[in-house]
Amino acid sequence: MNTTRLVIVAVGGQGNLLASSVLGEAALLSDISVRMSEIHGMAQRGGVVESAMLFGDARSYVISDGEADVLVGFEPSETLRALKKCNRNTIVITNLHPLPPFTVAIGKGVYPDLDELQATIRAKAAGLVAIDAVKLARQAGNELSVNMVLLGALIRTGKLPIKAETVKEAIRSRSKQAFVESNISAFDLGYGAAQ
Amino acid sequence: MNKLLTKERGRKMFLLGNEAIVRGAIEAGLAFGATYPGTPSSEISANLFEISQESDLYFEYSTNEKVALEVAAAAANSGVRSMAIMKHVGLNVAADALMTLAYVGVKAGMVVLSADDPFMFSSQNEQDNRYYGKLSGLPVLEPSTIEEAKEMIKYAFDLSEKLQEPVLFRTTTRINHSTGIVTLGDIAPPKTSGDFTKDPFNYVTVPAVSRNLHIKLLKHWDEARSIAEGSPYNFIEACPGNSLAGGKGPYGIICNGVSYGYVRDAVKDLDIEGKVRILRIGFSNPMPGALIKDFLKGCEKVLVAEEGEPYMEEAVKAFAQEAGLTLPITGKGEEEFSRLFEFDPAGVRKVIARYFNVPYEPVAVPDLSDVPEVPSRPPNLCAGCSHRATFYIVKQAAEGMDTIFPTDIGCYTLGVLPPLSMADFLICMGSSVSTSCGFSKVTKKKVISFIGDSTFFHSGIPGLINAVFNNHNFTLFILDNGTTAMTGHQPNPGVDTSLLNLTGYGRVSIEDMVRAAGVKEVTVIQPYKVKKSIEAVKKALEFQGVSVVISKEMCTLYAKGLKLQSKRRYQVGSKCKNHRDCINLLACPAFYLSEGRVQIDAAQCTGCSVCAQICPENAITPIKD
Repeated sequence: MNTTRLVIVAVGGQGNLLASSVLGEAALLSDISVRMSEIHGMAQRGGVVESAMLFGDARSYVISDGEADVLVGFEPSETLRALKKCNRNTIVITNLHPLPPFTVAIGKGVYPDLDELQATIRAKAAGLVAIDAVKLARQAGNELSVNMVLLGALIRTGKLPIKAETVKEAIRSRSKQAFVESNISAFDLGYGAAQ
Repeated sequence: MNKLLTKERGRKMFLLGNEAIVRGAIEAGLAFGATYPGTPSSEISANLFEISQESDLYFEYSTNEKVALEVAAAAANSGVRSMAIMKHVGLNVAADALMTLAYVGVKAGMVVLSADDPFMFSSQNEQDNRYYGKLSGLPVLEPSTIEEAKEMIKYAFDLSEKLQEPVLFRTTTRINHSTGIVTLGDIAPPKTSGDFTKDPFNYVTVPAVSRNLHIKLLKHWDEARSIAEGSPYNFIEACPGNSLAGGKGPYGIICNGVSYGYVRDAVKDLDIEGKVRILRIGFSNPMPGALIKDFLKGCEKVLVAEEGEPYMEEAVKAFAQEAGLTLPITGKGEEEFSRLFEFDPAGVRKVIARYFNVPYEPVAVPDLSDVPEVPSRPPNLCAGCSHRATFYIVKQAAEGMDTIFPTDIGCYTLGVLPPLSMADFLICMGSSVSTSCGFSKVTKKKVISFIGDSTFFHSGIPGLINAVFNNHNFTLFILDNGTTAMTGHQPNPGVDTSLLNLTGYGRVSIEDMVRAAGVKEVTVIQPYKVKKSIEAVKKALEFQGVSVVISKEMCTLYAKGLKLQSKRRYQVGSKCKNHRDCINLLACPAFYLSEGRVQIDAAQCTGCSVCAQICPENAITPIKD
């Protein structure tokens, strides 16, 4: 089978690692070969977390610049920073809720304008799905379920060879019991928003 | 129960490389492990530590890698399968023991795991530890995939027992921190207790004994070489094993570790599978010379794809010379592979295409020159980190002094970043103390150095004793945050293990240790008490000779995990006159600007109160419930 290459970027604490492990579990349940690598740039200390996931026959664990089929960004400026992973055929999914880096928060840097950011991504990639995942996560009853909202949006694009039902099964097995319901609901809201 | 103890044979799990390694070791009947934590190996230890609390496995966090290796070596020489786990630079610390342990050998299987870090994601260098195999004469194994790592660990234990030598198991970050599907096997029951049979004329390495032991080591090396020739981990593609039947075509590629995956993908993507033969080396010391010569004989041109140093390339060229072969062989070079950093699929594809003259059009990367600059997101000391408070205190107390700040390895190395800028020199674990000795001797500057609690136990103590004995003149800060924070809050000898519900541990007092080393001027500060600490530090800085300040405050992230963090949160009130000392001097990530005014994000604030104490207007106050 062909390989689908997915890059996920997030800021420490956004639940990127749970999202990628859910996808890995879903691939396992679907009998699809999967490989993943993570770079934690000191996540707990405010750094960027990047996961690369390869579904299919590839034997590499990483994705070169320009070679992602799908990019999911949990934070808008990080999505923009990761644009180098994309090419003209890449589908980009981004959360629109900014978490400005500390440098910006203390007035020592400028956060990109969100409209301009989306226009730039649209101009460089094949398509952009932009949603306020924090809003949907709150709607789902748990602000921390941003990761599940974005997973829903990702699956809706149809770019991954994995069915929504299988991802939900993986969410149920990987989430803490208390969060299963809100995580599933967050997934559904993300799935619905990414039309 | 730790998921890696699952008994279901044949079950498939999506495991981190480090988890797969642990599972492999457990399946091999590992009974004894020791480590000093270091990324990218840390999750191996974290899992083994957890498993040791649920099973018969003995596992310890040793004070440093040399200690860990020696502890494990004794177990292996008493007939118990053991493992010592460390990051690549940790093997430098353990190297003294490793070199002569190779002479002595082992009785039960012993694996020394070295986690190398090409690109230095979390390390001070990217040394290639395969050379330790050559230097010590020990076998080296290197997995290419997560699933292979699990199987190869079992092979490593068997090989070690067969050769009666420890085996070096070399991973890279992309194995440790990648995840893949692994099929579980049976868990071998571990043999947890052993016995030591006295045999001083084989164990006590006085020169007369070592002369014989070196002869023995070279015999083992010959034996290892013949095993490497037929090892299933050295294979010519399409046909595992040492047969030449698999693969055909005039081009040869020799590869190891994760570069094997990149090569396989590149050969497929470039559609040259029919023209290329691949030799994958997984057992890389001793190199399988006969297998390599046979491989070379069938090729017109050979490329060696390996991250790091030209370790295989040099060996392959030497074997070609022995076999009288003059075919072109290359690996590292300006047009080929770099010795720097890690490989990636596109880079490997490009080199293969160029070297073998294969037409190749790289994927068009979008032109990003017009994309607005994205503000950087550097790691930062956590909100409320006690190191930030200590750095601020030292800065105030040393105002006007011409200073040098030797630092060490831990979270506090982040003090290098502005506005703290409290790091001037760093080589390796423990170097803060010893370099302070040298700096203070040859310069007229005030030397103030920083070391964490775990690093102090690891390798700071000899430097401190040296400083007392040789009468050096500097102030050492021991940043005692009660845990080994950087690598994930592992215990160290100074830790209060009762907070972790662990029993059966001793505890070493840093203050007693420092006093026992002969330091006359010892001060203990609580860095969240800013004014008092500044006064105490001023006094310590004035002292002529070695002075030590122990800055004692629990890592705030650790405190949060233990539910010991202060519940109080702070806010900026109307008295604020926008001096911004809080932001400009402390740069705590809990601050943000809103409409030109400083605010505190209560979700990030940890209640340390340091900013409240330094605010010239006393505008920062606790939020009342």
